[in-house]
Amino acid sequence: MQNLFYRDILMKNIRNFCIIAHIDHGKSTLADRLLDFTGSVTDREKQDQLLDNMDLERERGITIKSHAIQMDYEYQGEKYVLNLIDTPGHVDFSYEVSRSIAACEGALLIVDAAQSIQAQTISNLYLALENDLEIIPILNKVDLPSANPEEVTDDIVDLLGCKPDEVIHASGKTGFGVDNILAAIIERIPAPKGNPNAPLQALIFDSVYNTFRGIETYFRVFDGEIKKGQHIKFVATKKDYYADEVGTLKLTQVAKQSVKAGDVGYLITGIKTAKEVKVGDTITDFANPTTNVVEGFEDVKPMVFAGIYPVDTEDYEELRNSMEKLQLNDASLVFQAESSAALGFGFRCGFLGMLHMEIIQERLEREFDMTVITTVPNVSYLAYTNKYPDTPITVNNPSDLPEPSTLNRVEEPYIKATIITKADFIGNVMSLCIEKRGIITNQTYLTPERVELAFEMPLAEIVFDFYDRLKTVSKGYASFDYHPIGMKTSKLVRLDILLNAQPVDALSALIHADNAQNIGRKMCEKLKELIPRQQFDIPIQAAVGAKIISRETIKALRKDVTAKCYGGDISRKRKLLEKQKKGKKRMRQVGNVEIPQQAFMAVLKLND
Amino acid sequence: MAGIYIHIPFCKQACYYCDFHFSTSLKKKDELVNALIKEIELRKNELENQTIETIYFGGGTPSLLSNNKLELIIHSVYKHYIVANKPEITLEANPDDLSKKRIIELSKTSINRLSIGIQSFFDEDLKLMNRAHSANEAKNCLKIATDYFDNISVDLIYGIPGLSNKRWVENIERVLSYKIPHISSYALTVEPKTALENFIKKGLIKNVDDHVAEEQFHILIEKLGASDFVHYELSNFGKPNYFSRNNSAYWQGKTYLGIGPSAHSFNGNQRGWNVRNNSKYIKSLEQNILPMETETLSTADKYNEYVMTGLRTIWGVSLNKIEKDFGNQYKKYLLQQSQKHINEQLLYLDNDKLLVTKKGKFLSDGIASDLFKINLS
Repeated sequence: MQNLFYRDILMKNIRNFCIIAHIDHGKSTLADRLLDFTGSVTDREKQDQLLDNMDLERERGITIKSHAIQMDYEYQGEKYVLNLIDTPGHVDFSYEVSRSIAACEGALLIVDAAQSIQAQTISNLYLALENDLEIIPILNKVDLPSANPEEVTDDIVDLLGCKPDEVIHASGKTGFGVDNILAAIIERIPAPKGNPNAPLQALIFDSVYNTFRGIETYFRVFDGEIKKGQHIKFVATKKDYYADEVGTLKLTQVAKQSVKAGDVGYLITGIKTAKEVKVGDTITDFANPTTNVVEGFEDVKPMVFAGIYPVDTEDYEELRNSMEKLQLNDASLVFQAESSAALGFGFRCGFLGMLHMEIIQERLEREFDMTVITTVPNVSYLAYTNKYPDTPITVNNPSDLPEPSTLNRVEEPYIKATIITKADFIGNVMSLCIEKRGIITNQTYLTPERVELAFEMPLAEIVFDFYDRLKTVSKGYASFDYHPIGMKTSKLVRLDILLNAQPVDALSALIHADNAQNIGRKMCEKLKELIPRQQFDIPIQAAVGAKIISRETIKALRKDVTAKCYGGDISRKRKLLEKQKKGKKRMRQVGNVEIPQQAFMAVLKLND
Repeated sequence: MAGIYIHIPFCKQACYYCDFHFSTSLKKKDELVNALIKEIELRKNELENQTIETIYFGGGTPSLLSNNKLELIIHSVYKHYIVANKPEITLEANPDDLSKKRIIELSKTSINRLSIGIQSFFDEDLKLMNRAHSANEAKNCLKIATDYFDNISVDLIYGIPGLSNKRWVENIERVLSYKIPHISSYALTVEPKTALENFIKKGLIKNVDDHVAEEQFHILIEKLGASDFVHYELSNFGKPNYFSRNNSAYWQGKTYLGIGPSAHSFNGNQRGWNVRNNSKYIKSLEQNILPMETETLSTADKYNEYVMTGLRTIWGVSLNKIEKDFGNQYKKYLLQQSQKHINEQLLYLDNDKLLVTKKGKFLSDGIASDLFKINLS
């Protein structure tokens, strides 16, 4: 009945908003409270972090995919439709965030009253301000004993130039302040503008794969309307479809005859692969297309590359199937077949970042029961040979790097990194960034205690244990964000690892020449720790070209047998050996050496 | 065909390396013996008329019980079970309990096999391990025991920090000089949560050196082989007809009852183990309740146990038995998994039997686990 009532909602009674928050600042919990308060979920449907519906999202407390949900709310006698577009909170997914922001008129800026504003929040906030979004600052977790509302309010006021009384105090845990937030959404965020009678112009901000129905496309209509059965076209991909079903996104989907200008909804066209639905693309009418394409569309490019191989070579085809299925709902995952002398057949995969890589590996293991080896990740380099000094060769794999003698130069991607930390830790953070080949470009005191540092540094250095070290040197009080700023020439070498005198290509890494000695030594030490002793001595060597720069030996196993095996020992011993066997199943035999899964990522854990 | 193991969980003092279940408080000795007898009675139907071939008193230190108590327990076995004509009845004993008088008395009981915990004939080794006896006691007791018992086994430990190969050879030769027909010899193992582990961690005792242990293992095999001992299990050597019948049953998957705290039982399908606590054990049996937990073995579990124990013995792993008991799939799997180790000369096939080579013996746990069948979950 409710749906009927809201069927002809006017554009002036729609509000579209997103939430900007740092991880752990309580975004998902506060979103749950909004759904609660507006009666959008029944008690039966309630569970924590409703919008994070992947297990992985709930466990890690992060949002990986964008989500959208529509709430009905009556305010001062009028009915409103509130569309909340929940966005990912990690820098790996910043493009998705930018498209979600583009679909809204307003944003809730949630700041933890104990932790204040973090780098990720600021960069997303700037994005929202660029898109002219109305910002509603919310001080969350005010009920925490460690909350520091006065100081954090000052931080927010400084940042936004708003008045202190515009900052809403709330607690996602208790529900305090939720009514004020809803009132502010209606009063402060402008209603969408758009021409309901113009040709259809809608922005795709996400897509989800549904096993039964194919790809569900999430969109925001700016002009016109999208009707059931309509012949439509996606501008960037130039493909056309018929809208089999359109509707709005309540906790479950509600099919409609049409979704009109200003509103947010879903579309099902029978598309089977996520690749066809590009976030940021414009949907328009096939016969009567719009002349205004939604600005800001980009083809998302992977930033980090790594090989993914099955632990058991026989599982290659199964791995391919699993990757293809994953790609159906994660268009940002790219992969192509490759082979490694050490690991056999596998895939070179491109990821948005390190978190994205971890997520893919974890989803392969959980959702597809695949045990995989992920090789040392690297960024994408451009190599130029002496013969063709103007023709770049893309290097996504250490083995793609041309022979040093033929190499003219290599360029590597650089980023601008923004780090916000406490003044106490400036020294530590600077040393870390300089060690990581960073050059400081700016330093701004946001408040007397909080400093924003800007660096230019190679993207590759972020891949290698940067986050963890940053956390350590700042005792957790640093947040970090980055944007690519182009390619720069660099002194790059390939570090090879030899086990038992045989090079193991899957352990090779591209690194800066100045770091080769140090990383080579640490790699050998780490591998010695990670590779279990076997029935023979195993020399481990690190080499650059023909030159051995470091060496360790794993001594042979001399004794691997328990002395006593009587009536009371058999069961315990069997269980122990079964556990050992399970461990071995996760190892890969290269030559005659058994290498555990985690050793392939050793280079990432050199400072543990 | 079945065996009974009876666990006597008392010791005068704790050897630093030991992780078996025992108590150094002897206060509850009488209650415990009553509880053992109660358990023997309560479980009388478990063997379903199978004949008892062996009775084994293990520990702890069973020689701490008086001959009377031991006889009382043996008597209750005879009373409630069918016992074979000439059962093997073994008593584990420590030299410090084996005075001449005691040995003579023991020889008059139905106990017909002694397993004596000598470990070393050097006081410095015995002190390092906190054994209760001296080197002299060890020598004297063997001299006398051999006069009254024909079937004797001696325990020796090698790989003790500070034990040179020369002293190790002297230990072996001394045992041989007494014409002892059975030797169990163990590599000193640092078990978790033992005093030994603690001392090594603190640097008070040098860590066990695997390289030395391996050398001494091979010295042992060579010396005993030259004296016509059969190396019939990884740590057990016997003259023909003197293999431990009780222990062989464990490695051949036969049925056994384990009586006493922490003792394990097995009937071919299920394994049970008693509570590892003397007071709880006694209390439970006072209420006529068996303090036992059990697990049922899956096919894969049984296969794994057979492979694990088989590889340790001279009988090896029989392919026919694998096929008969587990099916052709298992046999194929076993052969496939073995290939790598056969190539590396750690395993070899002798007709129907899969056996560990000399080179593979000291690595046989790792080899066994490679041959295991498990379901990754």
